[in-house]
Amino acid sequence: MSLMLNEVFGEIGDVLSEEQKQRGVLIHAFQQIQEEHNYLPQEEIEKLSTEFNLPMSFIFSTATFYKQFYFTPRGKKIVRICTGTACHVRGATTVLNGLEDEFDIKEGETTEDLAMTLETVGCIGCCGLAPVATVNEDIVGEIDGKKMDLMVDAIKNDKSLTSDDDDE
Amino acid sequence: MAKLNSVTELKELKERLQAETFKPDTLRARVCCGTACTATGAHKLIDRFEKEAEATGTELEIVKTGCQGICQKGPVLKVEPMNIFYQRTKPKNVPWIMNYSMLGNMPFRQALYRDNIHSEPIAEMDEIPFYKKQKRLALRNNGVVDPCNIEHYLAVGGYGGLARALESMTPDDVLDEVDKANLRGRGGAGFPAGKKWRHVKSSINDVKFVMANGDEGDPGAFMDRSIMEGDPHSLLEGMALSAYAIGAEYGIIYVRHEYPLAVKHLQIAIKQAEELGLLGKNILGTGFNLVMSIREGAGAFVCGESTALIASVEGERGFPRPRPPRLSENEGGPWGYPANLNNIETYACVPVIVEDGADKFLSVGTKNSPGTKVFALTGKVKNTGLVEVPMGITLREIIYDIGGGILDDKEFKAVQTGGPSGGCLTKEHLDLSVDFDSLREVGSMMGSGGMVVMDEETCMVDVAKFFLSFTQSESCGKCPPCRIGTSAMLDILERITSGQGEHGDIEKLEELGENIIAGALCGLGNSAPNPVLTTIKYFREEYEEHIYDKYCRATACSGLGKFRIENPECILCGLCVDACAFGAIRETRKTFYIDQDYCEKCKACVSVCPTEAIKVEKHKRQEVNK
Repeated sequence: MSLMLNEVFGEIGDVLSEEQKQRGVLIHAFQQIQEEHNYLPQEEIEKLSTEFNLPMSFIFSTATFYKQFYFTPRGKKIVRICTGTACHVRGATTVLNGLEDEFDIKEGETTEDLAMTLETVGCIGCCGLAPVATVNEDIVGEIDGKKMDLMVDAIKNDKSLTSDDDDE
Repeated sequence: MAKLNSVTELKELKERLQAETFKPDTLRARVCCGTACTATGAHKLIDRFEKEAEATGTELEIVKTGCQGICQKGPVLKVEPMNIFYQRTKPKNVPWIMNYSMLGNMPFRQALYRDNIHSEPIAEMDEIPFYKKQKRLALRNNGVVDPCNIEHYLAVGGYGGLARALESMTPDDVLDEVDKANLRGRGGAGFPAGKKWRHVKSSINDVKFVMANGDEGDPGAFMDRSIMEGDPHSLLEGMALSAYAIGAEYGIIYVRHEYPLAVKHLQIAIKQAEELGLLGKNILGTGFNLVMSIREGAGAFVCGESTALIASVEGERGFPRPRPPRLSENEGGPWGYPANLNNIETYACVPVIVEDGADKFLSVGTKNSPGTKVFALTGKVKNTGLVEVPMGITLREIIYDIGGGILDDKEFKAVQTGGPSGGCLTKEHLDLSVDFDSLREVGSMMGSGGMVVMDEETCMVDVAKFFLSFTQSESCGKCPPCRIGTSAMLDILERITSGQGEHGDIEKLEELGENIIAGALCGLGNSAPNPVLTTIKYFREEYEEHIYDKYCRATACSGLGKFRIENPECILCGLCVDACAFGAIRETRKTFYIDQDYCEKCKACVSVCPTEAIKVEKHKRQEVNK
């Protein structure tokens, strides 16, 4: 993990103290751990504490502040409904309610079989396609009944999202 | 390509690339691969083009460009040299486009842009109403170059500003030029960039930072994303010029985590610039150094605020810090070093100012707000997307000429500018010319450029509640006015929109709002009450209707209003009876009627009625607690 300090800071590290680097690398470290484990397991955080010589309270203080980080395991597919202004005005709530009903969970929860976690997100930046949702890396825009069905199917059958191929 | 060791070598390379790239006779397709077009299948389109080109033995150059702005009509592409613009293109259109346009020099009418089904299709991009009134400065290369290819940027004149600066200008010359151009920050505050740069320059420290704020947390804003994804080198060049002017050797671009494509394209751009010797140590052999790095955010809107951004970069919770010291001073920037923090769009304008001179920049826009501004036009307009217009254009022109007017030709009600920090404007403001100061004078602000258009079916109280719930959940919690104040305001709005508003609520909201603005530590708290206060100012009757009449005129808030079937209009189809989950719709021998004791006002019946016979009305005004 100390290789990470060099990797993250590069030459900026020349003007920083060791302590500044150890603190400054935290967000990047969390993102790496979460990418691998899908959440931040307790043991990994404890390792960070030892490795970077930081009190657990400081590490938790930072990790819990940011919405990106989770402390419980999450579903295979993370579905994020955009609730930004443009999407809100074009029916984001309907999409959210539809998915809540279909999978019998509320926003922020994960299905029991860990297939899917449902969340809302501020704005994805595709406002021209409102209402928008993402299923892992796939973006689904202009969601109507048909697209909803596609999304639900992709989640239930662990498929990747392919949009309608009217290709001959 | 070999590393460049002097400005002369750079100029020679640019000249060579300009002649060799984008030759006017080459058959070319510039396909938009911005996030929105990718979501609608741009890459499938490209695959199909490659397949068809190979099958027919045609030599076709495909350029994967950045966001073109007309996101509603994606995937979009331009065919050259015929200069035909296609929209809503599907893979099955590709063989036709190839035959008609590329080999036959005729437009394929099916995929051309049309205002509506009765109008003639338009083949040239600049003739399309969406683009006609735009002036693309910050977005100059979006849609033209492949962001992952530095040669393209050089071929269209990129790094010309840096060349001029390093060859014939001193750092002070660059600073003077930017100062003269009166470039005002595009992130929301509109603070003059030249002034900020001077502050940093006057701080005494060997180590200084030049930083770019790519957090873009405003919901409904995606201007900076398009620049970072579609033309990252314009950002790098702008930052390099700033660093040169103020004497900074370290650069940090803070990008929100929700923009992975932007992070990827920036990483590629930095690497390519370093390989060529345009970033790093001893740039172009002039002794100027700039080390650039990227830091990602982690999902906190407040980290778009300058001091909170610094805290985040340092690895801490994104708490704002009191100023002084300002970022430009010692102890104010990251790890105590002075830093210049500007918005992405601001930096994107800098190369043009340095290369072409301040006077050219000043010739566009208004006296106090020169240049252009990129807006994210969204909401209930026909054409949503990214538009760049000269400052001084009116709201009416943006919404009606460029935006095409209101969706489904409904009535315009209001437009929200400036995101959750801004305010709403009404019909009476449509002829206001848009610039930093004019909007502030009427209680709103231009902000970072988000512009959400609302129609008669939008409830203004609901909109205020929406924005406030966003700012309340993003409040960092450090200062009581914001932490407690926004929660208190939100509680009141929740009550109002669910039919439990009380007399005095509006006055409470106004008082709370003013106190929060006066007491909050940072810009988030300072501006969170704006949407509420402006909607109260211009739509007070709607608030009063919610509170005293328990009625929402836009029929957006559930649980309000009195539902009644207008019998002459009812065709007795019975769909409403099926839709009602509460058994509130009863029959007599000849009519259906709604039993008020059971009606939950969920609007299910309204949405299924084919003749709009179900009316939502006010209750008789009740005596409320005084």
